[in-house]
Amino acid sequence: MEELSGGEMVVRALADEGVEFLFGYPGGAVLHIYDALFQQDKVDHILVRHEQAATHAADGYARATGKPGAVLVTSGPGATNAVTGIATASMDSIPMVVISGQVITDWIGDDAFQETDMVGICRPLVKHSWMVRDPRDIPEIFRKAFYVATTGRPGPVLIDIPKDMTAPHNRYPYEYPEHVHMRSYNPVTRGHTGQIRKAVNAMLQAKRPVIYAGGGAIQGEAHEVLTRLGRQLNFPVTNTLMGLGAFPGSDPQFLGMLGQHGTYEANMAMHHADFILCAGARLDDRVTNNADKFCPNATLVHIDVDPASISKNVPANIPIVGPVDQVLGEMLAMVEQSEQQPDQKDLDRWWEEVQGWRQYHALRYDHDADGPMKPQHVVETLYRVTEGKAYVTSDVGQHQMFAAQFYKFDHPRYWINSGGLGTMGFGFPAAMGVQFADPDAMVACVTGEGSIQMNIQEMSTCLQYGLPIKIININNQALGMVRQWQDMQYGGRHSQSYMDSLPDFIALAEAYGHVGMKVERAEDLEGAMKEAFAMTDRLVFMDIYVDPAEHVYPMHIAGGAINDMWLSKTERT
Amino acid sequence: MRRIISILMENEPGALSRVVGLFSQRGYNIETLTVAPTEDETLSRLTLTTFGDDEKIEQITKHLNKLIEVVKLVDLTDGAHIEREIMLVKVKATGSQRAEVKRSVDIFRGQIVDVTSTVYTVQLTGATDKLQAFIDAIGETQVLEVVRSGVSGISRGEKVLNL
Ligand SMILES: Cc1ncc(C[n+]2csc(CCOP(=O)(O)OP(=O)(O)O)c2C)c(N)n1
Ligand SMILES: [Mg+2]
Repeated sequence: MEELSGGEMVVRALADEGVEFLFGYPGGAVLHIYDALFQQDKVDHILVRHEQAATHAADGYARATGKPGAVLVTSGPGATNAVTGIATASMDSIPMVVISGQVITDWIGDDAFQETDMVGICRPLVKHSWMVRDPRDIPEIFRKAFYVATTGRPGPVLIDIPKDMTAPHNRYPYEYPEHVHMRSYNPVTRGHTGQIRKAVNAMLQAKRPVIYAGGGAIQGEAHEVLTRLGRQLNFPVTNTLMGLGAFPGSDPQFLGMLGQHGTYEANMAMHHADFILCAGARLDDRVTNNADKFCPNATLVHIDVDPASISKNVPANIPIVGPVDQVLGEMLAMVEQSEQQPDQKDLDRWWEEVQGWRQYHALRYDHDADGPMKPQHVVETLYRVTEGKAYVTSDVGQHQMFAAQFYKFDHPRYWINSGGLGTMGFGFPAAMGVQFADPDAMVACVTGEGSIQMNIQEMSTCLQYGLPIKIININNQALGMVRQWQDMQYGGRHSQSYMDSLPDFIALAEAYGHVGMKVERAEDLEGAMKEAFAMTDRLVFMDIYVDPAEHVYPMHIAGGAINDMWLSKTERT
Repeated sequence: MRRIISILMENEPGALSRVVGLFSQRGYNIETLTVAPTEDETLSRLTLTTFGDDEKIEQITKHLNKLIEVVKLVDLTDGAHIEREIMLVKVKATGSQRAEVKRSVDIFRGQIVDVTSTVYTVQLTGATDKLQAFIDAIGETQVLEVVRSGVSGISRGEKVLNL
């Protein structure tokens, strides 16, 4: 059998897992691994400019492809810099394998140079973690790590490797295990047929049904069967922020996003529903508003691969633990074979009511030809110019919500944002991961002047690897979402939410070797954007000045039900 | 309601910290905790007591089950079970008190396992409320030091928790 050093095993194991890209940053504790990387060409190492960006890039790659992201960082500060990205992936159930260097085994616990207890720090953030204690364990640990990260409810895992484990002079036989068996880890592979039948019976008797699908429908590759089931039943469908693209955004049955900044019709339909099919969503506070007032008349069917997500926030009437695609598939087959079908008269009446709510056009906004440009207009223009075909990554704030509301995603994995943790600084490095996954695709990062500055150093990485990302900086000269809350709840006292002394983003982009464009008037936007996307081999930083006073509506009224919303600065439900 | 949750888990470094961490991370309380290897050296048995309504306990057991190292888990309070805790107590024992303490120890079926001219060290086994009753009987002012093992438990009858 072939003999390899621990460092070589790490790299070979990644190759054996089919890892194309390893996002990382070198340092003392991982130098043996970097030396092994240098001497092979199967795994492409991508050098970022900050370890947080490595995790977000791997995360973006994972969200776009469904394959696990891979990250390599050194011990101490390298490892702690990665923590925000690990937490981001954890909250959104993104498969990711993070390898961190560690001080040599003998020094662990001695407060050695660049020692941190990474396993301890990450304990609440990862699905599982391993510390390598014998180089011979490396193949098995890697096999298990990828298996755990990608199965069941996916998530990040950590492998912490003391430097002596990768030493080049100690060589051991290497064989990558074909199978993995863990007696204490057996993710569910099928939902309970009895429960599924019960759910279908309730579904076919519903008079006011809604399908509500989340990120699990995308992670679980359930978009196709979800779309077929939705169309077969002719039920209204809504997606969470994480679920956009699971059901086509331009489909007439689609009500838009629900929740805190969801559409009027989605939130109204949910509240008045008598039946809700929740597929791969977790009824979190951004969706439910006050959970005690959530959908008082509905029979709730909750499908999730993670049993702990069911009845955590809202008790489910019919819980189904299982993979969303498999469960929905079984449901669809039962519906197709059933003699009973939904009562069309009831459904027509329900649709009439839903269309009534739609007529309210809750996403309308004021255009004032002489006034400042509106951020909504920027996203609408982006949708038009890219013909709805771009990957859109986003940061966190008003721009994120406008992107979610105004860009219609017809396909899964094209909308990439940090929904659970809400990590400013996510969007740009995530866009890098997406562009690596799909080099010819249009990738737009919709961001704000606050968020983009949290990982702006990655413009250097983009130059090195020629990533033609389009940065759509919706510049409202404010931490807009914070400012909106201060307007609404703190008497307009804008404590620290003003972005003063902004850099000249155009000059900055140019300094990094990219193209910068400044747009201040609405009438210039479409032309400029077309020009930007025509530059298919260049990163373009579009700095677009918009109205600082604009708010995102609808917006939940705190403490209320899902249908208690502000609809504008002056109107509420 | 008080629950006794008994867990079989991989006897690996880090497993215990994941269980304990879960409780602090999610704001659950641990009242007592005991852990030791089993007859199968790859497995440890961990017993903990906690308080919560049915919904909370359901969440706790679901999250525990999600931990990779947790192999099997049972809520002993769901069925008939035997609960034991061991307690060592140092009690002031001078003059007339010596006989009185000795009598209480006998009533509670404890043993005096160490003696000085002023102190008895008493060993007592039983369910938690029995141990508390002994302390109450002796009187807190007489008690110098208490050490409890935490609760261990096992199902009654033929039900077993194994692989
Ligand atoms: C790392 C991080 N820090 C703080 C916050 C809190 N926060 C949420 S939105 C927001 C403002 C974002 O400003 P900007 O990126 O300019 O977006 P805008 O809301 O103006 O569109 C802040 C500070 C956060 N989500 N993430
Ligand atoms: Mg802003």
